[in-house]
Amino acid sequence: MSEPLIRIKGLYKVFGPNPQAVLPMVLEGRAKDEILAETGHTVGLNNINLEINQGDIFVVMGLSGSGKSTLIRLFNRLIESTAGQITVGGTDVMSLGTRELEQFRRNRMSMVFQHFGLMPHRTVIENVAYGLMVQGVDKKIRTETAADWLETVGLAGYEKQYPSQLSGGQQQRVGLARALCTDADILLMDEAFSALDPLIRSEMQDQLIELQEKLHKTIIFITHDLDEALRIGDRIAILKDGELSQVGKPEEILLKPADDYVEAFVRDVNRGRVLTANVVMKPPACRLTNENLDEALRQMRGKEHEYGYVFEDADYKGIVTCELIEDAMKQPDGETDLTELAEDMPTVHPDTPLEDILPASLEQPYPVPVIDEEGGFQGVVSRKSMISALSDVIEDAPK
Amino acid sequence: MAETSWLTEFPEMDRNSLIDLRKMFDAGYREFSRSYGDAIESFFDPLLVFLVWFEKLLIQSPWWAVLLVMTVLAYLGSRSIKLSLGVVAAFLLIGYFGMWDNTMRTMSIIMVSTLLSIALGIPIGILMSRSDRAQAVVKTVLDVMQTMPAFVYLIPVVMLLGIGKVPGVIAVVVYAIPPVIRLTNLGIRLVDQEVLEAATAYGASRWQRLVGVQLPLAMPNIMAGINQTIMMALAMVVIASMIGVKGLGQPVLKSITNQYFTMGLFNGLAIVALAIIFDRLSQACARRTQKHLGDVRGE
Repeated sequence: MSEPLIRIKGLYKVFGPNPQAVLPMVLEGRAKDEILAETGHTVGLNNINLEINQGDIFVVMGLSGSGKSTLIRLFNRLIESTAGQITVGGTDVMSLGTRELEQFRRNRMSMVFQHFGLMPHRTVIENVAYGLMVQGVDKKIRTETAADWLETVGLAGYEKQYPSQLSGGQQQRVGLARALCTDADILLMDEAFSALDPLIRSEMQDQLIELQEKLHKTIIFITHDLDEALRIGDRIAILKDGELSQVGKPEEILLKPADDYVEAFVRDVNRGRVLTANVVMKPPACRLTNENLDEALRQMRGKEHEYGYVFEDADYKGIVTCELIEDAMKQPDGETDLTELAEDMPTVHPDTPLEDILPASLEQPYPVPVIDEEGGFQGVVSRKSMISALSDVIEDAPK
Repeated sequence: MAETSWLTEFPEMDRNSLIDLRKMFDAGYREFSRSYGDAIESFFDPLLVFLVWFEKLLIQSPWWAVLLVMTVLAYLGSRSIKLSLGVVAAFLLIGYFGMWDNTMRTMSIIMVSTLLSIALGIPIGILMSRSDRAQAVVKTVLDVMQTMPAFVYLIPVVMLLGIGKVPGVIAVVVYAIPPVIRLTNLGIRLVDQEVLEAATAYGASRWQRLVGVQLPLAMPNIMAGINQTIMMALAMVVIASMIGVKGLGQPVLKSITNQYFTMGLFNGLAIVALAIIFDRLSQACARRTQKHLGDVRGE
């Protein structure tokens, strides 16, 4: 794996009149409530260590008061940290002077806000072009660039409107276009879709995923909604009371929750929608390549299997059963080529959610083969593995 | 029991020392005004020249030209025919009752005072919004300025600069500047923090944030402050006439001393007419420029 783009080391944030004086108490490991009662200082973030890879959608999930909005504001120093280090592609963000910080914000990071943060006295196109205006880009060029991005987010024709004339979803599209317009490689999204109603929200999530496939930005996405986190995140960090509970891939969070807190979160998640074929698939029990029928039958019987997956070289051809081969062998002019005999069965894509595989798997007695875009065989998904993935929280729930 | 008399009598300062104290301050100030009065007066000379020029311009131009300019300005500012016709009617009545010259004098001093108040008040308001300490200090000063009877601060001004236009303008500005300062401060502090954060996040400098975000978004409040400043400047006209400011205030003052009821009433009504014109004009102007912001609040 390549070097992470963003590295956070030992990050602390204490709110109050004299944070530096309180920091030693935090470092000692004193409890948050205790520090608040004794000094009146609030511990916002406590020893955060993170690595974020180039091109990832990195989701930070937590409830209100968990420090997630504080965390995202430390990336571009809208809030100053109390201690710790953030490096972005080798740049130590904490050591930047005023001018350097302005340049850093202009070129490296852009931000989308929960309540959009649009300027009510500027038109939509002026809002989108704002980042470029701050950079001093010529008006003609920045307006053209902004118009392109406005079209990308599907708002062409709204250039001359004021933000107050648009709906919430449209306003956030303007916010997104503004963020993309500066061509910064890192996108900070602070609860960007939380203020939108559910239908618009999932529309925006789709749009973000779609844009990300083309743009390959590094996105840091803050949310309080685990479903949203699981849906769009490549990796997820779960924040609780200013501390990280768990960092991992969506399926790791779902299948191996690190503590009771994460456990409680994932309990209500619809796993069938989140977990995909590639998470639960296994290698097939019986793989048959260009053998003759006798040999195939012998192999299946040897492994006590009623069926086998037929391959020609590395290509998947279909499924055969013992019965099928036996029938073919009984008939004198029967088929002798295994690949011709193999039956075509429905297959699924590695990214197919389990809830879409279940109906198909009920119709056939064999585990469903998983085939990727290039037609390559990835593995099989059995009913048993699906059911255990969907239910193991209930089975393994800690007492 | 002379020692316990402080129980019944307030233990006040000895009479003689009080007189000495007053004498000391008075002498000190007199000394100050003698040695620096001329220098300070010459510092204000450009203001005086401008005041005289502006007053002459208004009085010596033919009445119909002034009326035309005022009406056109009223229309451009408000885009309202009704308001423009009101302006015409008010000025015609004022002229008909023989108060044209005094009204022009008052208008000139009000305009100059308002411009000065804006030019000084907005930067002070910005400064005040930047730091809580500055806010605390300026607020106290403004409280003193607004509650101190105007006559009291007229005394040192007259001692320093004599009577005339410049001390008049200073008195009016001191009296009228607090609203524009207070509302500039308030307006900037009320700017949506997320919008300001957005500007910061895209790398805007302090100046870019001030000019591009804070001032435009604070404009409705600033305009309300300017409106109040104009109103207070007009209210100060009568008091300013006591230190030799010519205009509608002087006939009012004369009416009080000589009990000329009708003369007082007419001039008073002229001041009211000016106040209404300026008020409606500045409000209509503010509404027109803040249309889209009005939409936001309307939702």
